[in-house]
Amino acid sequence: MTAPELVIDVHGVTKSFDGRVVVNAIEMQVARGEIYGFLGPNGSGKTTFLRMLCGLLTPDAGHGHCLGYDFRSGSAEIKKHVGYMTQRFSFYEDLSLEENLDFMSRIYGLPNRKTAVRESLDRLGLAGRRTQLAGELSGGWKQRLALAACLIHQPRLLLLDEPTAGVDPKARREFWEEIHVLAAQGLTFLITTHYMDEAERCHRLAYIAYGDLLTRGSPEEVLRHAGLTTWQVRGPQLHDLAEALRGQPGVEQVVAFGTALHVSGRNAAQLRASLESTLTPAHHSEPIESGLEDVFISLMDQAKDKF
Amino acid sequence: MKLHPFSIRRFAAVVSKEFIQMRRDRVTFGMMVGIPLLQLVLFGFAINSDPKHLPTAVYSADHSVFSRTLVWALRNSSYFDVRRIADNEREIETLLAEGDVQFVVHVPVDFSRRLLRGERPSLLMQADATDPAATGNALAALNALTTTVLDRDLQGLLTDLRAQPGPVSLIMHRHYNPDIITQYNVVPGLMGVVLTMTMVIITGLAITRERERGTMENLLSTPVRPTEVMLGKLVPYILVGYIQVGFILLAARFLFQVPIVGNVALLLAIMLLFIFANLAVGITFSTLARNQLQAVQMAFFFFLPSILLSGFMFPFRGMPVWAQWLGEILPLTHFLRIVRGILLKGNGLALIAPEIWPLALFAAVVLTIGIKRYRETLD
Repeated sequence: MTAPELVIDVHGVTKSFDGRVVVNAIEMQVARGEIYGFLGPNGSGKTTFLRMLCGLLTPDAGHGHCLGYDFRSGSAEIKKHVGYMTQRFSFYEDLSLEENLDFMSRIYGLPNRKTAVRESLDRLGLAGRRTQLAGELSGGWKQRLALAACLIHQPRLLLLDEPTAGVDPKARREFWEEIHVLAAQGLTFLITTHYMDEAERCHRLAYIAYGDLLTRGSPEEVLRHAGLTTWQVRGPQLHDLAEALRGQPGVEQVVAFGTALHVSGRNAAQLRASLESTLTPAHHSEPIESGLEDVFISLMDQAKDKF
Repeated sequence: MKLHPFSIRRFAAVVSKEFIQMRRDRVTFGMMVGIPLLQLVLFGFAINSDPKHLPTAVYSADHSVFSRTLVWALRNSSYFDVRRIADNEREIETLLAEGDVQFVVHVPVDFSRRLLRGERPSLLMQADATDPAATGNALAALNALTTTVLDRDLQGLLTDLRAQPGPVSLIMHRHYNPDIITQYNVVPGLMGVVLTMTMVIITGLAITRERERGTMENLLSTPVRPTEVMLGKLVPYILVGYIQVGFILLAARFLFQVPIVGNVALLLAIMLLFIFANLAVGITFSTLARNQLQAVQMAFFFFLPSILLSGFMFPFRGMPVWAQWLGEILPLTHFLRIVRGILLKGNGLALIAPEIWPLALFAAVVLTIGIKRYRETLD
């Protein structure tokens, strides 16, 4: 098997604002056709990293390639083949859908503007609303428009910054279906998200906190590397039990999930001992698989300890 | 518990929240303190609707004790400031056209001979009356002055010449606006005011809006260059500016019957420089403002002195020296002189040249700051 073509291959990417390191020596490899999830707490440097990739910000340090161009000197070329969807809806609310798309196709200098706009409207099912002002659209439709506009110049790489924030579950699911279809056609995605169900739908993940890359790999790899053990506990007075468990050796996280507690830690033996000494016979406990969320919160706590 | 129709505690909560927000929004806070202060200084100290010490030139073809007394009397009056003794009549025309002096007093050749003969020789007063407010009181003062000033020299046998209606007949030529119509001065000046408003406020808003709504970030991630964005955003407003000017010119000509004696094409060409100067201010403000409200507030801070210190609302020469220096910096001051010079005086390029370079300098300096700041805000 030949090595897959890397669309993003960057090393040591660093950026500081006013002496504060926001992105610290991040490296990232994303293969063609991959959906790469980029996760991390708010303010962890995800957006800054995306902005550097598409040439909006100049990195302080780092080298590598993006779409075959040097990612520092080739940003003019890179921009032609990248679609960037900002966190906030950033198209013109006082322009109609068609006018917005037409504007973008002119900015990219598309030869067949009219066709490109019509196809774009058709593909995303926006044709019926083409004369509607973008500002009048609901969240889900705005997001469809944003995706359509990002795709109009047929980019090879899409950078999506929290594309589904504030979008209802059905629209989110449809959005991800669309992304998987496009990825199968060879389009590469780098997507930031806070939703764990979305993280699970990515081919590979990277988790960044306070500017540092903490883990990366496929969702399964991330789970395995974390080495986290989780127990589910059911029974009476769960709130008091949670208080009692916190701070005990081996107990790193106690999280309430409806009528159950999820108790996790990396030291399986210690965790088990603590549980056995604290639980009453009225409680029922069983080991379960750790979720990505447990892993990420655990990673974040570890990262915080360093500060 | 029953809900009170008006709770002092809830009301106090809103009040204290409002104070916190007021303190946080530095620009608004600055405006609340700055605007009254600015108005106090400008209205209190700078503005004077009864201008004095107006620059005056004397052209005397009659070197006699009487003309010397006249010059002395003018120098001593608070209205006239004799700055030049002109050598010939051509010089007089230029002085008035360029606006170097407000008045020229012309003592004719055989003034003293005819005075002594009791023939009531004429004394010619030429005034630049484009702004009637600037000249009215001074001309009235001159009228009073000429009836009594020569009394000192008309002693002994000459006392009879003091007889009413005075020894001299004063002839006034109100140049450029002989009928003392305020509109002649105001309507052309409006062009400058409207352009300042459109170019500074609207462009400031247009650029800030793009940043505030996040569309700028989206734009800059595409191949479009920042210069293309900037020029593309400005050109439509320049066009709008010219349409506004077209309306005002038509209104001036047909509604207010302002005599348009100069070259309109020249005016339209020089206007571009004035537009650039104001656009530069708008761009600079947009790089400083965090939102559209702040952009408007900053524009207002620029607009207020522009209106008050440029000579649009109040005579420029009525202001104290420091205010005149401030006024000299503002583009509107120079543009008003250019507009009035071209439209009312019929000045050509040579005569308005002294007003062009300060405009160009202002535009260059502010545009440099604006572009520098614009670049910085991208990163």
